[in-house]
Amino acid sequence: MLKLPALAFVAACLSACSVAPAGETVHDPFEAHNREIHAFNKSFIEKIPRGNGDGPGLPPEIKNRIVGFADTVSLPGMVLNGIMQGDVEGVVTNGFRFLFNSTVGVLGMFDPATTMGLVEHETDFGETLAVWGIQEGAYLEVAFLGPTTERALAGRVVDAIIDPLKFVGHPKRLEYATIGSLAAGAVKLSDASDTIDSVLVDSADSYAMLRLLYLQNRRYELRTTLPEESFDPYEGIYGGQ
Amino acid sequence: MTHINRRTMLATGAAAMLLPAGASAMSASEAQALVTRLVADVNAVISSGKSESAMIADFAKILDRYADVHTIARACLGVDGRTATPAEMAAYTPAFANYIAAKYGRRFREFIGGEITVKDAKPVKSWIEVETTVMLRGRSPLRMDWHVSDRSGRVAFFNFIIEGINMLLTERAEVGAMLDRQRGDMTKLTAEMNAA
Repeated sequence: MLKLPALAFVAACLSACSVAPAGETVHDPFEAHNREIHAFNKSFIEKIPRGNGDGPGLPPEIKNRIVGFADTVSLPGMVLNGIMQGDVEGVVTNGFRFLFNSTVGVLGMFDPATTMGLVEHETDFGETLAVWGIQEGAYLEVAFLGPTTERALAGRVVDAIIDPLKFVGHPKRLEYATIGSLAAGAVKLSDASDTIDSVLVDSADSYAMLRLLYLQNRRYELRTTLPEESFDPYEGIYGGQ
Repeated sequence: MTHINRRTMLATGAAAMLLPAGASAMSASEAQALVTRLVADVNAVISSGKSESAMIADFAKILDRYADVHTIARACLGVDGRTATPAEMAAYTPAFANYIAAKYGRRFREFIGGEITVKDAKPVKSWIEVETTVMLRGRSPLRMDWHVSDRSGRVAFFNFIIEGINMLLTERAEVGAMLDRQRGDMTKLTAEMNAA
């Protein structure tokens, strides 16, 4: 029932995906609103009790099981996106990862595929849209989800709708998958608490820093890093060519 | 005769335009050798089991030995660097080195149990890019690229990029925001960096 409004939202986003002015690596026309959401997200994340990396927390073995399960339930979606991107290697790797880890790997709680050299090709519909030539659009910060772009957010909505997991396995799989993904999110959040602190607490302008880190890393993953991001500091000091 | 001379001159001119001044002095293998020594030192620090403050001190030494801190410090100051006085720059540069060593030295903890290996080196734009892989326990390997140049007069790295995150670009934004917070006061920025 949610599908129609969601699809309408995606269509509206894509037709309206704003284009960055030439030479600018950050396109943030909604900055004032984004900053309000950032303040909310920051205060929310600071309230979550989390380990400092040294604390007792969960043993790494348990954490790996939780993250492994969440990765496995996301693999069918990644295979579908790989097909839409024409990424044969990614489809084969993720497909075999799903076959091995969901069976021999006991629903992904163990990861025999990686031991066999099948390292996950992480992907999503946002990447599919990028491969299809859709622009990145404006930078957005969304409540609870954090940093994203118009294209990546549209991709998340589509991924939820087209998730092929609903066609395979146990009837309760979607509920388990959601719980697994949330638990994995909590584990990743606690593991990254040092990094989160260093970005959110230690940065002079945590909004601008998170935006810059997210965009650089996202563009790297999509192989769309802008050439002007790598610059020559010697030009201007010793006189460039 | 004049024809050949003209062609020779044109070819020489074209070659001179293609090769940035100084870049010809350093080969990809020299840059790779620098990063190999640097990575060996970093691996030794990661596996030393030392305290955080000792690791930061070690990282400061590594930075001093292998990085062109002068150029990095100036580049991170951006346009504000052009209006700073020589005395302000002389105080700011070592303070910046202290800030970088403390900030990235603290993050070394995440690398404990891991190892960095050198993969490849190739010319990019006016420098050499040396690709390394950070192998971490229980996580997918990270790609880390080092940008090496000899334009300061010695072979040194001036940037590193971890999974697309460019240190120069990131620190230029951060130092700019710190300076804004100090209302453009270089002395206060320097004091803040010395306290890091």
